[in-house]
Amino acid sequence: MGFFVETLIGGLMAGMLYSLVALGFVLIFKASGVFNFAQGAMVLFAALAMARFAVWIPGWLGIDNALLGNILAFLAAGGLMFAVAWLIERLVLRHLVNQEGATLLMATLGIAYILEGLGTSIFGSDIYKIDIGMPKDPVMILEGTFEGGLLINKEDFVAALIAAVLVGLLTLFFQKTSTGRALRAVADDHQAAQSIGIPLNRIWVIVWCVAGVVALVAGVIWGSKLGVQFSLATVALRALPVVILGGLTSVPGAILGGLIIGVGEKLSEVYLGPHIGGGIEIWFSYQLALVFLLFRPQGLFGEKIIDRV
Amino acid sequence: MKPRKLARAGIFAGAFLASLASASTALAQAKEQFFPVLVYRTGAYAPNGSQWANGYVDYLKLSNAKGGINGVRISFEECETAYATDRGVECYERLKGKNGGATVFQPLSTGVTFALTEKAPVDKIPLITAGYGRSESQNGAVFTWNFPLLGTYWVGADVAIQHIAKKEGGAGKLKGKKIALVYHDSPYGKEPIPVLQELGKTHGFEVQLLPVAHPGVEQKATWLQIRQQKPDYVLLWGWGVMNSTALREAQSTGYPREKMIGVWWAGAEPDVKDVAEGAKGYSALTLQHGAEPNSKVVKDMLEQVYAKGQGTGPKDEVGQVLYMRGLLSAMLAVEGVRKAQERYGKGKVMSGEQVRWGLENLNLDQKTLDAMGFAGVMRPVQTSCLDHMGSSWVRVHTWNGKKWEFTSDWYQADEKTLRPMVMLASSKYAEEKKLKPRSPEECKK
Amino acid sequence: MLYRENGQFKTSYADDQQIFPIAQDRWLIIGLLVFAFIGVPLLVDEYLFRAILIPFLILSLAALGVNILVGFCGQITLGAGAFMAVGAYAAYNFHIRVDGMPLLVSFLLGGLTSALVGIFFGIPSLRVRGLYLAVATLAAQFFTDWVFLRVPWFTDNASSGSVSVSNLHILSWEIASPLDKYLFCLALLTVFALAAKNMTRCAVGRQWMAIRDMDVAAEVIGIRPMFAKLSAFAVSSFYVGIAGALWGFIHLASWEPAAFSVDRSFQLLFMVIIGGLGSVMGSFFGAAFIVILPIALNQFLPALGGLFGMTISTAGISHAELIIFGALIIFFLIKEPHGIARLWSTGKEKLRLWPFPH
Repeated sequence: MGFFVETLIGGLMAGMLYSLVALGFVLIFKASGVFNFAQGAMVLFAALAMARFAVWIPGWLGIDNALLGNILAFLAAGGLMFAVAWLIERLVLRHLVNQEGATLLMATLGIAYILEGLGTSIFGSDIYKIDIGMPKDPVMILEGTFEGGLLINKEDFVAALIAAVLVGLLTLFFQKTSTGRALRAVADDHQAAQSIGIPLNRIWVIVWCVAGVVALVAGVIWGSKLGVQFSLATVALRALPVVILGGLTSVPGAILGGLIIGVGEKLSEVYLGPHIGGGIEIWFSYQLALVFLLFRPQGLFGEKIIDRV
Repeated sequence: MKPRKLARAGIFAGAFLASLASASTALAQAKEQFFPVLVYRTGAYAPNGSQWANGYVDYLKLSNAKGGINGVRISFEECETAYATDRGVECYERLKGKNGGATVFQPLSTGVTFALTEKAPVDKIPLITAGYGRSESQNGAVFTWNFPLLGTYWVGADVAIQHIAKKEGGAGKLKGKKIALVYHDSPYGKEPIPVLQELGKTHGFEVQLLPVAHPGVEQKATWLQIRQQKPDYVLLWGWGVMNSTALREAQSTGYPREKMIGVWWAGAEPDVKDVAEGAKGYSALTLQHGAEPNSKVVKDMLEQVYAKGQGTGPKDEVGQVLYMRGLLSAMLAVEGVRKAQERYGKGKVMSGEQVRWGLENLNLDQKTLDAMGFAGVMRPVQTSCLDHMGSSWVRVHTWNGKKWEFTSDWYQADEKTLRPMVMLASSKYAEEKKLKPRSPEECKK
Repeated sequence: MLYRENGQFKTSYADDQQIFPIAQDRWLIIGLLVFAFIGVPLLVDEYLFRAILIPFLILSLAALGVNILVGFCGQITLGAGAFMAVGAYAAYNFHIRVDGMPLLVSFLLGGLTSALVGIFFGIPSLRVRGLYLAVATLAAQFFTDWVFLRVPWFTDNASSGSVSVSNLHILSWEIASPLDKYLFCLALLTVFALAAKNMTRCAVGRQWMAIRDMDVAAEVIGIRPMFAKLSAFAVSSFYVGIAGALWGFIHLASWEPAAFSVDRSFQLLFMVIIGGLGSVMGSFFGAAFIVILPIALNQFLPALGGLFGMTISTAGISHAELIIFGALIIFFLIKEPHGIARLWSTGKEKLRLWPFPH
């Protein structure tokens, strides 16, 4: 029983991180109808920037304080992601307005290549570490309740907490600020939003900036857990079933979807895996999403698809 | 549209002409022994791949600085494979005929090795796979062109079990133990499984298999299973980022690092550097050498290559584990050429076929090795027609939080267990391919 | 001027409905085929055969298959690599398990197996579409990856999970030299490309296109979506499966599941989008772009660097290759979102008047 709870918690925490990446997908899809395959590359790029700036900036400025160095690096990496967002809008999306989904998808794949190439050529292709002082060793809790206690990883816990806070902030941003309202208006109907004077181009830049920051946070958390390295770009593939399960246009969907996928894949790997050979989590999460899709083709919270001839 | 199209066509044509031109000019300067270098300096496995590549290329430069191979200078060219089989095959095709023909290929990827094993005999170019590749290719009678010098994964698996047995106080104590294999889910990671299962049957321990999907950043479930099953030892058969991830997950699930033993591809600085204290106590097998910053060959390297500003990689990485592995791999290839020159003419450029003979009759005794600056780095190697591996010495080193330290004596693989398996697997291969194993007489040629 | 169909009168329905109604097109294609079968073997060296032409031909075939599904039937797939794997492993098992099985038959059986698997994984397309479907097909990709890694039966219990084939021959023709392999692939590709071209012009092809353009409307006018979609999945998977078998048997000769990973699936989708959705010709353009460009860049950049007296490191070249490749994709999409095939047809339109545009 104790072990089951542990797996469950492990799944929830992994799921929280998937939600974070999935959120990046959803934000951009909602606002511009672009399925952004470059999200994984953005996570990698942001994490690389953060990891290297954390070494370079203190070196340039002669700062000794690790915390201050990290904060400056975070700000610099954030600034870089803003620049990237602006460039993407300027150089790519602006020229592809009103194109089909497949074309836009392809364009984001092009962006992904450029970001991967640029990121590794500017920042190097070694494994780098992001040290934001996360605790690494596990703790045991509730030893009275369960036999052998529950092993909880503080790092995962902090990471999940940060992710939760970020999601909360984004929700507030979307619901309460005027920019947020404009974003939602654009998401609902491009033309209507434009006709009441919402500047589409600026909105897109903002959305990509927000997605960039989300990528940065995801990159920092992931990077501090696993080290910053090229493989970070593949987290996008892990987050795809989450988006599909939750619905491409729904923020709560991304969060709930992340938790479901996280728990589903960990439980399946631990309890089902050993009987059929192991290594099943990656396809299991896709099958899980697929089963959900068969019942709700637009995802859990996606907008209902209405066909008109 | 048209000018643009023309321009594009021009670029393509230019690229091909350039490559053709460089191939033809190469014929003119045929006094050089050409070493193609398949590397991966980008992608998921770059941190490990580039160190190996630096060591490899640096040794070729060092050989040139020392006057080449009996006066024959070495030329080389890198080609990026990104650890992908199809890119590796393309690189092979690109480089095999260049500059008068490739001497030897070392793909540093088990997947590429499998693909090239089919192609090398046709093109008559030997393959050196020091410490990786097909384990059964030790049998040179069947695998004429493969040279898994210094050790195969089967050697690794056997020695790992020997090491555990020694720690437990004898092979008899293995009975009833549980040993988990956390492996990269690819031909590389699967190679040790048959040996472990065989040994498990003999000694009565249980083998638990835990595959990790490429690239290996998702291991939470794997380590949850380890926490649940509590195996007595964990063998780590990873590459690239998978290794450091495994150590981090071991730390966060509280599995003792002292009970973890890695293969020689999971025991280098990039794997443990960032985990630092968290990896303390973790041991890994070595392919004879560990990190050897104090060896004579490294000092030579710093003096004769790096001091002149010709070093390939960063200076502080010279002498690290994977750098040394690359260096050793290059040394074995160079010595193969030297041996071939003894028979086919000193100071001449050797063909792939001649180098193959050299590698098959390689005999590096301790005195020669010491003279080349490898004292304390490696032990003698002697190959033969039936044994393309040459030696199977292995030590174990342990990460103390700052650097790797040797913590065991020399082990040698148990031929009694492995030899029958090699013969069985290689004869199955020969049967499939309708190959006739070379007879002892043919070997002598 | 060059491309004018003035004076080419069509006097029967058969004339009007032939594959290439314009004489210049006909001659061009015939010329191209003659060149490919006779000219290329005389001109080309082994490197071009093995490293460029053979992969190009095989991936063109796969792209053709993907184009049937994505371009003609409108069902986005990211699982093409999976069907290549199914084709390759099925053909392998027929090849080694049945004694004396002719090579072509095992290829066809591999393709058929792949078609069956394709139908199975096509079932979600009846419920979901668009990007949701794309992700659903990824499920096929990851599942087959896992199956071929984990079930030893498929790989003939090879301890490493890697399989290999050799001594390929058709009747008495030994397919060993690069030229043989090239001709074999080319012959297969020609046959299948013609078949595809014809399929898209007949009833089933029109049904696919109707489904692509508006599936609800298509249903209203009496097209069975289930038949149309699943038949597209079957045909597409058949093509892709054959291509997979060729990739394994002819190009690599020894392979592991990683040869058909998710990257391959993405690559194939790139090819059809860059090349041109819904165009047989486009599949070839796309395959050429994706196969040849990275290799050309990889060889061209050092030469370019040498021109300016720079030596670029191997890593630098690969990074630059990624960046340029990405930039070119975006460039082409912005210039011509409908792919290179559309550029080709605009070019042909212009050639009608050239060099006297007025």
